[in-house]
Formats: sequence, C-alpha cells, structure tokens
Amino acid sequence: MATLQADFTLPLRDFALELALDLSGTVALVGPSGAGKTSVLRVVAGLADPRRGHVALDGERWLDTERGLSLPPERRRVGLVFQDYALFPHLSVRANVAFGAGGRDVGPLLERFRIGHLAAAHPQELSGGERQRVALARALARDPAVLLLDEPLAALDAHTKTEVRHELAELLRELGLPALLVTHDYEDAAALADEVGVLVEGRLRQFGPPAELVARPRDAFVASFTGANLLRGRARRGDGALTAIRLESGDDLYSADEAEGEVGVVVYPWEVSVARTHTPDTDSALNVVRGQVGSLVEVANRVRVRVGPVTAEVTAASAARLDLADGGIAYATFKATGTRLVPL
Amino acid sequence: MTRRILAGAGVFAAAAIAFAFLLLPIVAIFARVSPGTLVAQLSHPVVTDALVLSLKTSAIAQTLVLLLGTPAAYLLATRRFPGRSVAVVLVELPLVLPPAVAGIGLIATFGRLGLLGGTLDALGVRLGLTQAAVVIAVAYVASPLYVRQAIAAFEAVDADLVAASRTLGAGRVRTFFRVVLPLARRGLAAGEALSFARGLGEFGATIMFAGSLQGVTQTLPVAIYQEFNVQPDGFTTALAMSALLVVVSGALLVTLRLILQWQPSRPTSRFLFATSR
Repeated sequence: MATLQADFTLPLRDFALELALDLSGTVALVGPSGAGKTSVLRVVAGLADPRRGHVALDGERWLDTERGLSLPPERRRVGLVFQDYALFPHLSVRANVAFGAGGRDVGPLLERFRIGHLAAAHPQELSGGERQRVALARALARDPAVLLLDEPLAALDAHTKTEVRHELAELLRELGLPALLVTHDYEDAAALADEVGVLVEGRLRQFGPPAELVARPRDAFVASFTGANLLRGRARRGDGALTAIRLESGDDLYSADEAEGEVGVVVYPWEVSVARTHTPDTDSALNVVRGQVGSLVEVANRVRVRVGPVTAEVTAASAARLDLADGGIAYATFKATGTRLVPL
Repeated sequence: MTRRILAGAGVFAAAAIAFAFLLLPIVAIFARVSPGTLVAQLSHPVVTDALVLSLKTSAIAQTLVLLLGTPAAYLLATRRFPGRSVAVVLVELPLVLPPAVAGIGLIATFGRLGLLGGTLDALGVRLGLTQAAVVIAVAYVASPLYVRQAIAAFEAVDADLVAASRTLGAGRVRTFFRVVLPLARRGLAAGEALSFARGLGEFGATIMFAGSLQGVTQTLPVAIYQEFNVQPDGFTTALAMSALLVVVSGALLVTLRLILQWQPSRPTSRFLFATSR
C-alpha cells in the first residue's frame, strides 16, 4: 500500500495546527470540535495552505513549502468526502458521481454502492445514508490514491449509523488505500481505523492502535475521550505493591499502577460490575463505590448505568435482573488491575 | 367599538390612496388618448428611431455589463483582500448617485476637456454625441444593479461545493462553469433583469453626456422628453412612447418576479438575495 506523508504547521485562529503523520492503512483523527481535524484534511487535499510543511504520496510531492511547491487540489489524487457530503444540488446522482470520472462509465460504481436505482434522482431527494453512498462513490470515481473522510458518520441518525459504519469498515478494507478520517466519536474511530490519533488544539496527544489508547491512555483527556470514567484523587504509596488513591468523596480506591500526588483514576465502563449488595469477603475486586443508581442509557444490547460517580456497562438482562431502572443504591466494583492512573 | 371601526376605515383609506397614487399616472397614460391613436403613433419616425436606438444601445451596454461585471462580482465575492468592503460600497455608489451627477461625472471623465479626454483625442476617439456615449451612460448607471446582485449570488454558493469540485479534478475555470455559474444563475438573471430595466429607462446621464440627436443618441426616455418639451404637438407621441415603455417595464417586472419566485424542484440556495457583506 502507498504511504502518504504529511508534516506541516498551519496557523488557525486560536492555535497552530502542527502534525506529522505517516499514513498507510486507515488512520482516524479524533478530538473535540475545533481541534483542527478538518483542517488536516484540507491541507492534504490542497484546500488550505500551511505556512510550513511537506505532503507527499510515496515519491510524489504535493506540497513542499521550502521549494515553494503546492499542487492545486485538482492535481492531488485525493478523494475527499465532506462532512455534509457537499453533493452538487443541481446535478443528478449519476452526474454527481461522473463529475470527476473523466468520462469513464460510472454504472458499475453506482451498482456497487447500491445507488443505481437513484441515478436520475437529485441529492435533495435522498436519505442521509444514500447521500453518504453517493459522496463515497463520487470520491472514488476520480480514482484517488488517498481517501479523506470528514466525519463520515456524523450526519447519520443513530439507527443507520451502526449499519453504515460496518459497510464503511468493509469498504476501507477492500479498497486498500491509505485513508484518513476525522471524527469526534472515539467509537467510530476505533471501529474503522487501524490507528487512532487524539488531536487536541492542533496537536496530537497520543497516536496508536485503538486498543493501545484504551489500555494505556497517556493523559486524562485521552482517557475520558476514549470513554473511560475519570475520577480525581490523591495517590500515595500504599501497603504492598498497590497505590491507594483517596477520592474527593473520601472513598479509597486501589490501583496496580504507580503514582504519587494528584492523579486521574481511569476505569472503563465494561470493567465495572454492578451489584445490589456487597460482601467484601467474597469479591476479588478491591475497588467498591457505593452510590445512587442514576440515568440508564441503552447502547445496542447493553445498558450504561451510572452508580454514584461511576458509569458501568452491563447487559440488558443484568439491568433487568437488578431492577436498575428503579434507582436506589447499588455497588460498582472493579479490580485494582483494571484501574489505571494518569496525570491530570 | 366605534373607535376600532374608525381605525380600520382609516387604514383602508390610506391604503386606497397610496394604491391610487401609484397606479393613476400609469392609467392616465393609456386613458388620455384612444389605443388606436397610441398604436398609430408608434410608426412615427421619432418613435421607431428611438426604439431601435434604445434596444441597440441597451443590448451593447448589457453585454458589456455581463462580460465585465460577472468576473468583477466573482472576484469581490470570493477573494478576501484589504479594501474589499470599500470596493463593494464603491461599486454600489452609482446606484444612489443622482443621474445628473452621473452625467457630469461622465463628461468630466470622457468629455473633450475631461480626465481621459486628451488620451481619447490622441487615439482619435470622439465620444460626444455618439452612440458610444449612450452605451457608456447606460452601462455606468445600470451595471451596479447587476454587479451587486451577482456578488450576493456568488457569495451564496456553498464554498464546500467549490472545494468538492476542485478535489474531483476540476480546475478553477471548469469549476466556475460547471458548479458556480449553474448555482448562481437565478441571482445573476434577476440582477440582469433589474439592470436592463434601469438601463432602458436611463435619462439624466444620457441627455447630459450624449445629448439628444434623433437616430444617434435619442433613446426612448430622451425622445419622450424632447417630444413633450420641444415639439408643439408632441404630447401624443410622448404618450405613445411612454405606453410602450410601461409595457416593456411591466414585462421585465413580471420576468423578474418569475425568476425570483420560480421554485425549482431543487432549490439551489435560500440565500440568493442576501445583500453582499
């Protein structure tokens, strides 16, 4: 697979976007809105001119500020899918897809994306999922060497999103193109990408496979962004190999990580068990948080439930068995080995 | 109760007066003499000369407005440069300028003793009392209406669509003709209709800068004034030409309404007629 190299500085309104990235396979940049994610795509596509930098696809130079070289967007072989798809409203689906195809027959492409029956329709008549497929087909029709996707799932409702995410993951695998996608949703990033970068205020906080970001979040932001519970506390070396953390609430938690002073305690919802009663003698989990059962949110076949300050993820069956919908007091327990400490 | 009825009647009366005030002069043009006389007057050489001249100079002036105004508007709509907002205001200035001032300005620029007079003289170009002078006067007064509307139409084209076109391999020129122009066309057409109507009715700047020479610089509005003011029995001819202009203006107004109200099955932009920033 080809490799796209990008290394540049682009001044934005409040900060400078600084990034160095070697792209082969699918990479997702995640971050809060306003972190500069879309600007990364614009620089690669040639729609924004960085002050300093290089962009190259294998040997092919697209941008080299030292040599004063910056190919216009039409000469960079990128397929860019815009956040709200940017389909041409005055053109039919077929004409949209054919726009960059250079006269090639787009029939097979329309069929591949299951939009053949919509060929004569105009974008305004399509559903969100259909628009997304048209946008993808249009971007691929120009035969790009790199695929850029701006929030590919953000414009879809929750119902279509899961299905489209699955299709998109499959497509990216089939294409075998270097692909760069940006999203504010870590779950989407983890589902679609081989590697994920967390971008905050124009800088990469952490970059690695999704599993690594979850296993070893570098800081509190990465931890909470990847979906972890983040509790604040003060760590001190405790008895034996464990670190004890005194929470602001007065509770004590234990972690196998070593730390001292103010720390963030990180635990993922799927590592937290919920029970109505707690007997310390029979539970291997060292950490217990007793609290009021709060909001319940269904996520696919699971339920996210809040117990005091901790969010836990349990199966729908367990939630029903424990009558969590009724509220009341419950115990959230998790193991010291699954409890990570990060600097705040 | 009585007070409310009185208030209602007052509003109704005010509306009726306003409506009558706006409509009566137009009705009067047609009511003064019989339709047969009006039609017969249209074959008068003064009228046919003025009509041909008006259409010809308008056509040339509007072609110039489109050819020069469209790129200017696109530049002002899409580029950010120092002084841009000043430039946008300056483009609109001729709109609010009194026609007599526009006439003086044109004389001071292109006249024999004007700013460019010497240069034009050296090139052997004499504008005074020529059709070219009419074209200049019409274009000067009418173009801001088109340019202003065109700026708004271009600004309303979603920048992402332009960017999408570029990433799909289309260069600037192809993007302009395949994406920008089709999306802005309604705004451009509306601006052009307004500009054409304004240019056709141009009087003040034309009579000052180009004069009133039948068949050479005497457009319909100028001819109306000439007939009314100078010819002893010219009033009927003036009425006939006025009636003609009423009909043409009415047709232009209807065309404009149709352009603006025409709801295509695929609206291109809801902000087509936003004023330019």
